[in-house]
Amino acid sequence: MNSEFPLWEVFIRSHGGLNHKHVGSLHAADADMALENARDVYTRRQEGVSIWVVPSEAITASDPEDSDPFFEPAKDKIYRHPTFYKVPDNVKHM
Amino acid sequence: MQEYLLHLADNALILGHRLSEWCGHGPALEIDMAMTNISLDLIGQARNLYAYAAELEGQGKTEDDLAYLRDVNGFRNVLLVEQPNGDFAQTIARSFFYDSYNYFYQKALCESHDKQLAAIAEKSLKEVAYHLRWSSEWAIRLGDGTEESKQKMQAAIDDLWSFRGELLTPAAYEIEAAKAGYGVNPLEIKEEVEKKLQEILLEATLDLPADGWMHSGGKTGRHSEHLGFILAEMQFLQRAYPDSTW
Repeated sequence: MNSEFPLWEVFIRSHGGLNHKHVGSLHAADADMALENARDVYTRRQEGVSIWVVPSEAITASDPEDSDPFFEPAKDKIYRHPTFYKVPDNVKHM
Repeated sequence: MQEYLLHLADNALILGHRLSEWCGHGPALEIDMAMTNISLDLIGQARNLYAYAAELEGQGKTEDDLAYLRDVNGFRNVLLVEQPNGDFAQTIARSFFYDSYNYFYQKALCESHDKQLAAIAEKSLKEVAYHLRWSSEWAIRLGDGTEESKQKMQAAIDDLWSFRGELLTPAAYEIEAAKAGYGVNPLEIKEEVEKKLQEILLEATLDLPADGWMHSGGKTGRHSEHLGFILAEMQFLQRAYPDSTW
């Protein structure tokens, strides 16, 4: 689609109960067209049961230059991972 | 019943083939994929119908024999579906005319007394409902779009208008099919089809052309020169290398 059409981000829920995942982006004139385009481009091999489309301009992204203050401090705080517990055998999906 | 099944299958196959010609040439990647998706839906519908027709014929024929080894005058599709793609607006007009008819047709066919045919219609209906949504929305977008898109969409509607009459004029085998309870007489759905058409054209701010002279002939095997070219390309492989497989 030509560059006059705004960009949309596409999120697909692959099965009931799972969360929507970002799968890619596309161009469309409006939300209706974006949904149909997403259906045609991203779900033709049964990838999904639900689609969200979001105007790309509505997304605020973190700046790569901020990655040190944003992400570096978490690196040496291994105790934040819930891996120091014994999970009983009959507890699933942990 | 054979001729009736071929009519249904040929409509789907030929429109499917026409839409497949857009593959790699669509105005944008998203539209290209939408058209080839629809094309594959239609070819799939044709396969189901040909397979059933071949089974009923009971002479060991397959769906491929019916699709690839019949000549122009054996085909029973309406003239509308063999018309060239033209520009994008013409493709949309052709699809919209066909989809708005086909949707109500498949819906009625779900009530067929023939279980197999009813099952095929039920499966097709979900696909066709999307086709209608897609072509309607594009007709509206182009009609109610820019001055240029409106002019092109109106020209396409006007150009193809005279091919609409054939859809809603029953052939002898359709009348027979409806009487016997396994098929649909298009006159039964005429009112719904016209209503849908008017509704969409109104929303698209397009003018409804006057009903004048209408083309006919496809349903009884009298085709435009376009179908010969379609078959030449579509049937080439099976004709040149009979029974070749992947």
